Amino acid sequence: MSSSDPQGYKKTLNSPYTGFKGWIDSRLPLVRMMEAEYLKFPVPKSLNYFWSFGGIAMFCLIGLILTGIFLGFHYKPSADDAFDSVERIMRDVSFGWLIRYLHANLVSFFFIATFIHIFRALYFGSYKAPRELVYIFGLTMFMLMMATAFLGYTLPWGQMSYWGATVITNLFSAIPVIGDAILTLLLGDFTVGDATVNRFYVLHWLLAFAIVGLVVFHVITLHMTGSNNPTGSEPQSWDETVSFHPYVTIKDLNATIFFFIILAFILFYYPNILGHSDNYIKANPMVTPAHIVPEWYFLPFYAILRAIPDKLGGVLAMFGSILALGLLPWLDTSKVRSCLFRPVWRYCVLLFAINFLVLMYMGGKPAEGIYVLISRIGTAYWFLFIFVLAPLVGFLETPRQPLSISNYLRSKKA
Amino acid sequence: MKKLFFILFFLSSFNVFSAGSKIDIPKYDWSWKGFFGTYDRASAQRGLKVYREVCAGCHSMNYLSYRNLSDLGFSEDHIKVIAAENLILDGPNDEGEMFERDGLPSDKFANPYANDKAARAANNGAYPPDLSLIVKARPKGADYVKSLLLGYVDPPKDMTIPNGQHYNKYMAGNLIAMASPLSDGLVDYDDGTQNSMDQMTTDVTTFLAWAAEPSLEDRKRMGFKVILFLVVLFILAYISKQQIWRDVKY
Repeated sequence: MSSSDPQGYKKTLNSPYTGFKGWIDSRLPLVRMMEAEYLKFPVPKSLNYFWSFGGIAMFCLIGLILTGIFLGFHYKPSADDAFDSVERIMRDVSFGWLIRYLHANLVSFFFIATFIHIFRALYFGSYKAPRELVYIFGLTMFMLMMATAFLGYTLPWGQMSYWGATVITNLFSAIPVIGDAILTLLLGDFTVGDATVNRFYVLHWLLAFAIVGLVVFHVITLHMTGSNNPTGSEPQSWDETVSFHPYVTIKDLNATIFFFIILAFILFYYPNILGHSDNYIKANPMVTPAHIVPEWYFLPFYAILRAIPDKLGGVLAMFGSILALGLLPWLDTSKVRSCLFRPVWRYCVLLFAINFLVLMYMGGKPAEGIYVLISRIGTAYWFLFIFVLAPLVGFLETPRQPLSISNYLRSKKA
Repeated sequence: MKKLFFILFFLSSFNVFSAGSKIDIPKYDWSWKGFFGTYDRASAQRGLKVYREVCAGCHSMNYLSYRNLSDLGFSEDHIKVIAAENLILDGPNDEGEMFERDGLPSDKFANPYANDKAARAANNGAYPPDLSLIVKARPKGADYVKSLLLGYVDPPKDMTIPNGQHYNKYMAGNLIAMASPLSDGLVDYDDGTQNSMDQMTTDVTTFLAWAAEPSLEDRKRMGFKVILFLVVLFILAYISKQQIWRDVKY
């Protein structure tokens, strides 16, 4: 602190930049922040393509918000007009079909990216100290995503919109004492109706931007600790890192374009394959569809819900399944992060992923016979994995000595 | 392992909705299938005739306007004539009266009934669904619609058919309120095409498929361009990535 500047803190206001950049930076430290966090930010050299799915999910979110704004220009949130206004978008609005199909399919791909992203966190131990908060913010976003997607699916006001909303909101009535009051507040009426679609539209927008806010926290916490990598070992020197730009940006760009080629294929040639044909029938409270199924990305959780024979128990298990995942950083007792060096836990995590897909399949089947039994086994494994296997395997397993980033890359090259 | 994960993921999501359908719907070869598929215009035009002469007696198509028929190759004058053949309820006029007038190209397809209740009253309590989206609103789409129209066969001997119901081997539950709407030679085609049952069901299904998804041709054309663009972009990005990462020493 020099005598000419007794208020030492002012030093921080002196921008290293000149010109317009300097003018902005000395008033709003955006330029230095972007440089530190997105240009020079050190990232382990050893990241594989699993690490691209966070960025891909972010692009999906941006795409959803942009298409959502344009849909909002033409959509009318009321029980009488909603379905017709969506058809107007599909038929009469310029490129309306493109915007709507993009919005509908981007959600599915947002979930695909997020599921892979969460699997990455589990497999390579990204949830473990010191990244617990990154993980918790991520799971919170995942729950908001599910809420937003559910609210959004109600808006086209087709048969599945209506009956899906009826079934899912009814879960709240399972809460003792205050359940019915919460349900009425949520629906704005005693059944799903005009008031419901109106407030779901508002909440759909609100939660979408709440997710954006959480992305900021997710990224801030990530940039405090830095990225994990396949070895789970922290970089020991600058030599084991690359700068975010251009190394990670170009790599993520590759992965993103590849991902969007698959999206484009579905979007342009099979735009309705991930949806349900009943949603092209206008909502009718007098006719119940043969099988009420939620969107595919809810199916694992729907399977858990139906696996428990008690309504309240089912609701608790469904919400609990995600909340319990949030305890994993503290329940996993292993000192080693990455499954590459954990011979037993590795198979537990892989089985968890397979179990997730099995539950997804079961969620789409009618709740009867063998499907319920398999759903129960799957649900049992879900909680066993978190509450028993995580502490126990971490304690009993003898992990291999994790390789350093350099040694890992050398061994891969050899 | 990554690939396996992807494959499992997609497989698991594709078969999700097939639950419960035990009736086998035959597959047909449609003109709009495939990457460059387009609606067979002549077939769809004949299909419109079938719709207007047969289906329109009971089924509305509320999301279609007469002007949309230009997609199927009808001329502006022809569309005016088609529209004018329908009476549209308009008003109220300056005297506060509702009045009927000839249809205009900007009108929606005329509804055969004044309201849903009138539709039910005229059909033994069964509601003839709007056909604008029928091809997208049924699990097997066009294959289902054509099959249903062809599915009126003699019921099994031990089955009693309730009054006002008909046996159809492709309908869920095998009972349908609609009697077989088509029969060989029912609609006269202007272009000399053989008006067999098979031909009429193909034509009307083609028309209904277009009605449900009029943007299909634009979509497929754009899709090809977008994917081509993305593939080129991917190649460039991949070359850039190799170039940039080349100096990263292990």
